[in-house]
Amino acid sequence: MLEVTLRHRFDGFDLDLSFTTEGGITALFGRSGAGKTTVINALAGLLRPDVGRVVLEGEVLLDTQRGIWVPPHRRRLGYVFQDARLFPHLDVRKNLTFGARYAPRGSQGADFEDVVALLGIEPLLDRAPATLSGGEKQRVALGRALLCHPRLLLMDEPLASLDGPRKQEILPYLERLRDGGLGLPILYVSHAVDEIARLADRLVLLQNGRLKAQGALFDVMADPAAVPLLGVREAGAVLEADVIAHAEDGLSTLAVRAGQLELPGVQAPIGTRVRLRVLAQDVILSRQRPEGLSSVNILPVRVDAVHPGDGPGAAIALDAGGDRLLARVTARAVRDLDLREGMGCYAIIKATTVAPGSIGR
Amino acid sequence: MVSFGPIMDLDAAAWAALLLSLRVATVAMLCSLPLALWVAWILARKQFRGKGVLSALVHLPLVLPPVVTGYLLLLSFGRNAPMGRLLESFGIGLAFHWTGAVLAALIMSFPLMVRAMRLAIEAVDPRIEAAAATLGAPRISVFCRVTLPLIFPGILAGAVMGFAKAMGEFGATITFVANIPGQTQTLPSAIWTALQVPGGESRALTMAALAGLVALAAVLLSEALARRVARRIAGAR
Repeated sequence: MLEVTLRHRFDGFDLDLSFTTEGGITALFGRSGAGKTTVINALAGLLRPDVGRVVLEGEVLLDTQRGIWVPPHRRRLGYVFQDARLFPHLDVRKNLTFGARYAPRGSQGADFEDVVALLGIEPLLDRAPATLSGGEKQRVALGRALLCHPRLLLMDEPLASLDGPRKQEILPYLERLRDGGLGLPILYVSHAVDEIARLADRLVLLQNGRLKAQGALFDVMADPAAVPLLGVREAGAVLEADVIAHAEDGLSTLAVRAGQLELPGVQAPIGTRVRLRVLAQDVILSRQRPEGLSSVNILPVRVDAVHPGDGPGAAIALDAGGDRLLARVTARAVRDLDLREGMGCYAIIKATTVAPGSIGR
Repeated sequence: MVSFGPIMDLDAAAWAALLLSLRVATVAMLCSLPLALWVAWILARKQFRGKGVLSALVHLPLVLPPVVTGYLLLLSFGRNAPMGRLLESFGIGLAFHWTGAVLAALIMSFPLMVRAMRLAIEAVDPRIEAAAATLGAPRISVFCRVTLPLIFPGILAGAVMGFAKAMGEFGATITFVANIPGQTQTLPSAIWTALQVPGGESRALTMAALAGLVALAAVLLSEALARRVARRIAGAR
């Protein structure tokens, strides 16, 4: 468990926040300039905040009040930088083993063969960093951080400098890391909601150097108050679904608590549990069960909360048999449909709105 | 056409001058290497009051007339100067001694070495070093395993520059340690002496060719080494 309290002021920017993380992947989300990298650098010891306290599993890494500051090399935090930062004069193998000699004797962690296999970098071992692609560099950087047996892995937008296909190349490795046996907690900094929805267990939302929300991913993503923070086009609940069947026309049947959904592009085998990200702007509400619609994804829901936005829109929190959904409708629709807390209605989800990249696990 | 035949007929005094110059330049270069690296590091990476003064002081021998530098050395380390007497009591005589030539060469070549190394250090991305620290490497390990290999071509360039400058140093040396054949007469001093003697031109020319050869060899060697390092970093194995 990690407890963080930081206060830092520089160049007209003012950071003042505190949050905690538990195991699994905690995503630190915010727009550019929200202070994400400042936070992660302060955790790694690469930046000394004006005031702060950082406690990792009971060990105080930083406490400005008591004058405690553990230097970066003794913190044992793996750091995967946005720009990989491999050592240009060493080949991949030597990059990977760079930190091994500094890990405490008998420390628990991945061994060389496991990491190389996990990341698929066996063919790269004798190559020089300058000859690697962006995605390959990131995989090596990840392996390098894992092999120094960190207690916590810090990842600063590891995919931000990669294009779409390269991102898809890395994401499965991160999922394997999350679901694998390493049990390594990860703090994952990102401004890409799709990555977070796919990877994170817990979400910490930052805005202008302040904490805006924190909690379990499913809770925060389904919170109407988080819509302006995530962006109206990016906001949307994440729910878990079981893959039941794949039809020949390319559609797959997935079971959620309130019923079944027919979705295209699901790669996961039958019986697996996947995450679905349902964008709030792609959920349509109806008071009656609609007939004759082209969409077959209709779930009975109950209105949990009506959250008016700043503009003409409103965010509606929905309960779908225990799963939560988020819908974004106009304030006029709220009035016309007379949407109120506790009211039953139907949510229509267009099949095409669940992109293949948003499904995973 | 220049004939290299006479090289074989070098007289004892010329040989002595060549060997002394090689010894002075090598010792001066090796002595100033760690110090130059340290000063280059400070100038490249540290921010402090008086940095400008330190930089000016280091570069002063580059712009000062060499004879003035030699004279200042004589004033500070001469037999009658306090520093000179102190060193003399430890058995280190500098004035009119070959070690004095080393000091003169060291001071004259120092700015060139610092310059080359500073440029190399400034070219190293501090974020790479930060990455090494997050992997658990203490500062000294970061320097030895990351910074040093990356700036090696710069150190090499600085060393060759320093060596060549020390080989050719004339003004400060002759002022500080004079021109005693077999003791303080370096190759440039010997060339200069030969030119003062009627009919000494052929001797002077031979020694000049020799000085040229040494300089050329040093530069070629460093180029080859630097290319190898650069190739390794670029990844073409």
